[in-house]
Amino acid sequence: MTPTFNLRTTVGLLLLLALVLLPVYVELTGSRFLLTLFTRIVILALAAVSLNLILGYGGMMSFGHAAYLGIGGYAVGMLAFEGITSGFVQWPVALLVSAFFAFVIGALSLRTRGVYFIMITLAFAQMAYYIVAGLARYGGDDGLTIEKRSQFIAPINLSNKVQFYYICLVLLCGAIYLVWRLVNSRFGMALQGARSNDTRMRAIGFPTYRYKLIGFVIAGTLCGLAGALLANHTDFVSPAMMYWTRSGDLIIMVVLGGMGSTFGPLFGAVALLVLEEVLSGITEHWQIILGPLLLLVVLFARGGIDGLLGKAHHG
Amino acid sequence: MMTAVAQWRRRRLFIGDRDRRPVMTLFIEQCLNGLQFGLLLFLLAAGLTLVFGIMDLVNLAHGSLYMLGAYFAATFAAWTGSFVFGAVLALGATLLVGMAVEVIAMRRLYGRDHLDHVLATFGLILFFDELVRLIWGAGGMSLPLPSWLNTSVRVLPGVDYSAYKLSIIVVSLAVAAFLYFLIMRTRLGMLIRAGASNREMVGALGVNIKLLFTLVFGLGAALAGLAGLMQAPILTVQIGMGENILILAFVITVIGGIGSIRGAFVAAILVGFIDTLGRAYFTDLLRLAFTKETAATAAPALSSMLIYLLMAIVLVIRPEGLFPASSK
Amino acid sequence: MAELLQVESLAKRFGGIVATDNLTLSVPEGELHALIGPNGAGKTTLIAQLSGLLVPDSGRVYFGGGDITGVSMPSRSLLGLARSFQITSLFLDLSVLDNVALAVQAHAGHSFHFWSNARREPELRDPARAALARVGLSARGDLPASALSHGEHRQLELAMALASRPRMLLLDEPMAGLGPEESARMVSMLRDLKKELTILLVEHDMEAVFALADRITVLVYGRAIASGKPEDIRNNAQVRDAYLGEQEAVHG
Repeated sequence: MTPTFNLRTTVGLLLLLALVLLPVYVELTGSRFLLTLFTRIVILALAAVSLNLILGYGGMMSFGHAAYLGIGGYAVGMLAFEGITSGFVQWPVALLVSAFFAFVIGALSLRTRGVYFIMITLAFAQMAYYIVAGLARYGGDDGLTIEKRSQFIAPINLSNKVQFYYICLVLLCGAIYLVWRLVNSRFGMALQGARSNDTRMRAIGFPTYRYKLIGFVIAGTLCGLAGALLANHTDFVSPAMMYWTRSGDLIIMVVLGGMGSTFGPLFGAVALLVLEEVLSGITEHWQIILGPLLLLVVLFARGGIDGLLGKAHHG
Repeated sequence: MMTAVAQWRRRRLFIGDRDRRPVMTLFIEQCLNGLQFGLLLFLLAAGLTLVFGIMDLVNLAHGSLYMLGAYFAATFAAWTGSFVFGAVLALGATLLVGMAVEVIAMRRLYGRDHLDHVLATFGLILFFDELVRLIWGAGGMSLPLPSWLNTSVRVLPGVDYSAYKLSIIVVSLAVAAFLYFLIMRTRLGMLIRAGASNREMVGALGVNIKLLFTLVFGLGAALAGLAGLMQAPILTVQIGMGENILILAFVITVIGGIGSIRGAFVAAILVGFIDTLGRAYFTDLLRLAFTKETAATAAPALSSMLIYLLMAIVLVIRPEGLFPASSK
Repeated sequence: MAELLQVESLAKRFGGIVATDNLTLSVPEGELHALIGPNGAGKTTLIAQLSGLLVPDSGRVYFGGGDITGVSMPSRSLLGLARSFQITSLFLDLSVLDNVALAVQAHAGHSFHFWSNARREPELRDPARAALARVGLSARGDLPASALSHGEHRQLELAMALASRPRMLLLDEPMAGLGPEESARMVSMLRDLKKELTILLVEHDMEAVFALADRITVLVYGRAIASGKPEDIRNNAQVRDAYLGEQEAVHG
């Protein structure tokens, strides 16, 4: 689909532009906290983009996606703990390990459908959580502090917050573009067909399992990258990153932003995390509003923000 | 606030791993613990599988009702000064909340995609967690054992078991028997069984579906609340307790077969035994083959995984579960 | 042997119900073979077993000389055995053209292409447009499939089955729910298709069946009670009692 300049794409691109200009704003106003917040938003948006591939386009409701955040993060954390701080080693390891686990988990889980698929992905994520929480050497339940961020060659310095922000932003843009090309390719059409009507796909000759599995692996790997970034951002990793409710948060972002749309995950991440900030400024009990809000979105605005923008264009 | 792993550790300490008592006594005690835990899980899973089987509703907020049962009981017991009174009031309160939730929120979800259920009920989890934090604060509560139950009972020569845990077993079995009677011998039960196999037919038969659904949901809520309040004195009353145990309840539902109370019973007992005996003996088992440190590190992780492994195996071999209820 | 499809002693039970009862059937290349019978006779179950959606309890299925009994559904489609569905089974949220293009894509090699836009590939779009033109849906190509009428859905079903360039088509009640005009259109389309492909046609519409079929098999409770030329079937007393009788009573 060519990027026709409709409202949804325009808003999406404007948002990216705003994100590019953010550090300038921060420099002018001195609100360094905003930079921290938006770095986190960008990283989680990357995770949401990866989930959108399998959930929004592929129709695979994985409730264990946060596991890859943890896997990528712990790859960085564990290697750093053992003295290997080079990003050139850490990040490829994070990606490879994430891909491996996604392959194994996907290979087993994709033999099931519907709510069983949800349950089994959730179960695997919990397994990962318990394994990591049991590793006393790496902090177990309490988590692991990362003394030194991933080292690359100069002038790249991840400890420089502005630099790190732009690195994350570039990776996010890359991911959005990658997913956009993927879903419109033959592979993407196969995924979308499988989401739309898996039986029909098999009847016309697609062995859907293999395409869904590859999609699952790609999504897991991208999320592992987000995990590596997150570990660097917080200088800390803990099993809590992978708890099943974190997967729920990611799903909320994807749905809130608009499933199966290019900029949906970005909208969702920004909306959710900004909302979190704003609401928690008003009351510490902001989740009381978020909960019912989610219910209302499900009931009345199923297409999320992207859907609303789409309707605004036509109606 | 206690994380899942810290809770696990607390239970393990409670079970005791430096015991000097004879191995057989310990083993019998662990079996009873497994039975007790399994029965608690059954109460939770029964409600879940009923709602899932009859209304085709995936309710993630089931754990929230479990949590409310515990909080209500702690509060009412403190107000009335009596554990039993508090428990009865808590049960009623949870039932009311359950039915209210059904009428206000769940009704609109019937017939929708499971994804919608998951999202909406996930939102409810957030809501209830925060509501509890608002009303009761973030610190959790405690519900002390009633003094008349805070003793041991000699179940077998040389084997003393906590009277409270024994009463959990007794009450749970009584509820299980009641459920059996309800499902198998009453008209309501017949409607429930029919609804689990074929929802449209039941509606077509002119039954007041709305009322049936509200009652079933309320029943599920009451069961969850009962489980929550019973475990409160020995385990925990805190925010997030529902999320921890919800997974186990879902796993049991899947293993037992969605919509099947019998399946939930068998699966719950099985899971209860595996989990309890696993935690108690896994470290020792591993110590046979590995060093003390390795065993100590790997044991908690592996024993927690056993349940999920079981579910994965069931899903691969027999995806409908052990006792599939519906023929659709 | 010129038998494109050979079914030997196929059997399938669902609990106490016998859906397919020791069925033997053969369809030579180029024939249009109709399968008729009362509701519940097991016609759709048979199609499901032939296409690979259901696994038979016993018996064998041969296609083009090879044993396909254990072959998966996607692979059967790739061998040239396509089916349409009785209850419309389309990609409703994709466009009409996308629907057919997917059918083309399935047979255009593997889909591990991750970069170029599939909607711009002439290799996929051109045959898709041709198939749509064949069934008369060219004008509706860019609409979402959900926007089509029921009759147009049946046409789209056919287009998708054709786009995979099959040797044999398993058509499960293509005329279900069609009005007289649409039915006539479908009949003339099938008459054209007969010249290029082998067809196994499941239908209730007796006019269409007797107009198109080279041979007819009558299925009752999973068993073939008669098989032969249309005139023979029409005159068969057993068949009249079991099935045609009630048809005449209904249609007059």
